Amino acid sequence: MKVEARLLIIIGVFFAIIAGAYWFTSYETAGTLMLIGSTGLGLLPGAYYLWWSRHMKPRLEDDPDATIEEGAGEVDAFPSSSIWPFILGVGAFFAALSFVFGVWMAPIAAGFILSAAIGGTVESRRGGTV
Amino acid sequence: MTTTADRPEVLAPEAPGGPGHHAPEGDHAHEIHEHHGPTGILKWLTSTDHKVIGQSYMITALVVFFISGFMALLIRTQLMSPNGSLLSPQVYNELFTMHGSVMLYLFAGPFAFGGLANYIVPLQIGAPDMAFPRLNALSYWLFLGGSITMLSGFFVSGGAASFAWVAYAPLSNATNSPGAGADLWLMSLGLTGFSAIFTAVNLIATIFYLRAPGMTMFRMPIFTWNMLVTGILILIAFPVLFSAVVMLFCDRHFGTHIFTVQGGGVPVLWQHLFWFFGHPEVYILALPYFGVVTEIIPVFSRKPLFGYRGMVVATMSIAALSTGVWAHHMFTTGVVLLPFFSLLSLLIAVPTGIKFFNWIGTMWRGQIAFRVPMLFSVGFLFAFLMGGVTGVLLASPPVDFQTHDTYFVVAHFHQVLIGTTVFAGFAGFYYWYPKMYGRMLRESLGKLHFWLLFIGFWLAFIPQYLLGLDGMPRRIVNYPQSPSWQTLNIVSTVGAYIIGFSFLFFFINLFVSWQKPVRAGANPWDGHALEWFTSSPPPHHNYTHLPLIRSERPTWDYNHPEHRTIVHAPRGSGAGRDRELEGANR
Repeated sequence: MKVEARLLIIIGVFFAIIAGAYWFTSYETAGTLMLIGSTGLGLLPGAYYLWWSRHMKPRLEDDPDATIEEGAGEVDAFPSSSIWPFILGVGAFFAALSFVFGVWMAPIAAGFILSAAIGGTVESRRGGTV
Repeated sequence: MTTTADRPEVLAPEAPGGPGHHAPEGDHAHEIHEHHGPTGILKWLTSTDHKVIGQSYMITALVVFFISGFMALLIRTQLMSPNGSLLSPQVYNELFTMHGSVMLYLFAGPFAFGGLANYIVPLQIGAPDMAFPRLNALSYWLFLGGSITMLSGFFVSGGAASFAWVAYAPLSNATNSPGAGADLWLMSLGLTGFSAIFTAVNLIATIFYLRAPGMTMFRMPIFTWNMLVTGILILIAFPVLFSAVVMLFCDRHFGTHIFTVQGGGVPVLWQHLFWFFGHPEVYILALPYFGVVTEIIPVFSRKPLFGYRGMVVATMSIAALSTGVWAHHMFTTGVVLLPFFSLLSLLIAVPTGIKFFNWIGTMWRGQIAFRVPMLFSVGFLFAFLMGGVTGVLLASPPVDFQTHDTYFVVAHFHQVLIGTTVFAGFAGFYYWYPKMYGRMLRESLGKLHFWLLFIGFWLAFIPQYLLGLDGMPRRIVNYPQSPSWQTLNIVSTVGAYIIGFSFLFFFINLFVSWQKPVRAGANPWDGHALEWFTSSPPPHHNYTHLPLIRSERPTWDYNHPEHRTIVHAPRGSGAGRDRELEGANR
């Protein structure tokens, strides 16, 4: 986990430096704000991962001497098939089109999106994954 | 329906045998992971398996690639004479807009991070699937919906968007670009943008959390590394594009004045926002394909990658620098800081040069086998070198002032983008096709495809550099005032047709491999990374067995215990591993 945390923090620090350099040479607001946003994008998850890397048990994938046997057992539960992502995608498609062709499409989009939200939640609970 | 994935068993590294015969074949896999899912169209609609979704992405991206390629041929046909009358100016504008948009938003990126990465990254790190399989499926459906939305612009009154793929304000406002086509274009960017963001989140989470035991970050294949960095770049770039699209939509329909001078807005702000997305986007398109050739070159040179850590650092440097160079597309606006953006743009040549050095260093004194994937990779090196060098020229403001918006720029970015997405993209397709379908593509047809593409490519774009230096502007429908440009335009068009013709052999190759399959086996190329350890195609949840992972080449180490990878371990890493490997290498 340490490498992941460092990677993100390095990105954040790099953007902080570039944002400073850019602001004090150009005084241009749009670019500076976007660079500051990117700084946060590196530092926020980086700090989160750094905190976790100090509080979590060492992971096998970070251990250069780990063997496959040590990781025996269940990795995780994975959904193997579900119709609801497709329904949600159709809902998003109609939602986008309703901005172009008029609000009469919005109820269709809402119908698809709501049914996908309900269906997906029910499926997750029955299937045992969240 | 939910299934759990158990950790695969270990396969002892001392087992004997030749390459391609070690990995367990599919029979055993199906005993353990018998998977009774839906079949046919319902399988396509409901699957959350990263392999099915990856294939769907690739097929969709290839379909829009050929549609967009057809548009390019129409454009080139129009330009064969100074007064070409094949296309009206309006249709011509729509065609070059949609050609660029489809290639960049719907083919180049999704083929790499939706298609190849989706399929290959979980395999390369020994994961059973992506971290969020249902989100992965949603990403694909958003991408498909976005593709249909963009292309449907041709079927509405007023036609498709016609403000070029960059949609500069004020050309893209409601007065200058009325009609539903422009709105469909904007909505398509919203849908495909979210698709890209979700895929990026999924890739990063998969790489951070689902690696096999022993697969440390610095043992991941470079393709996976590049996809991780691409994912981070997507998270930096695409939200900015989406917010810009929302603002432009508000300007068009809700009476805001963000990009209009009349209401106190700033048109150049659109360029800032767009290129803050647009330049990282160039590397979102390029980095995955750099990863593809970095996988292929060591395998076909029969050597480990030269400079693994250098490659990782170079990838990260390119990505970081790429977000500080957006305004080199805006030099001629006169309101950007030339030295800052010129310096950072020139600096990108350094990590890119490191990559080139490492690719050549990998081939140096290797036993190079010029199979089809390797040929395409070498073709990529030539194409990308030319595109990259002209890019360095354009990073210099005086040169840019002369050549801005001329065919010199058109030739430059086509050489970069075709070099990466087509040469390296098809290198990856030829390389991983046996893994995906368990059957080989024919060498002779593949070589024919490559050589025609290679010849057509240079014939199409070298004349465009010359036309650009002679002052031919881009995006013009005819050029009656300069008939002397006709000859070079004809050469370029002939080249474009040869490129189009070369794909005929690609289709014949697919057809032949489908009609008369030649079984590939698990590891037809004697590959290095983990994906070549499992059967072709991989079973449900990918692995029944895994080898011991002690370097970035676990499959090679397993198949060639006498020639295991020498690891130059960093300080503080497991000393036990060093001893073990030293023993193995003596």
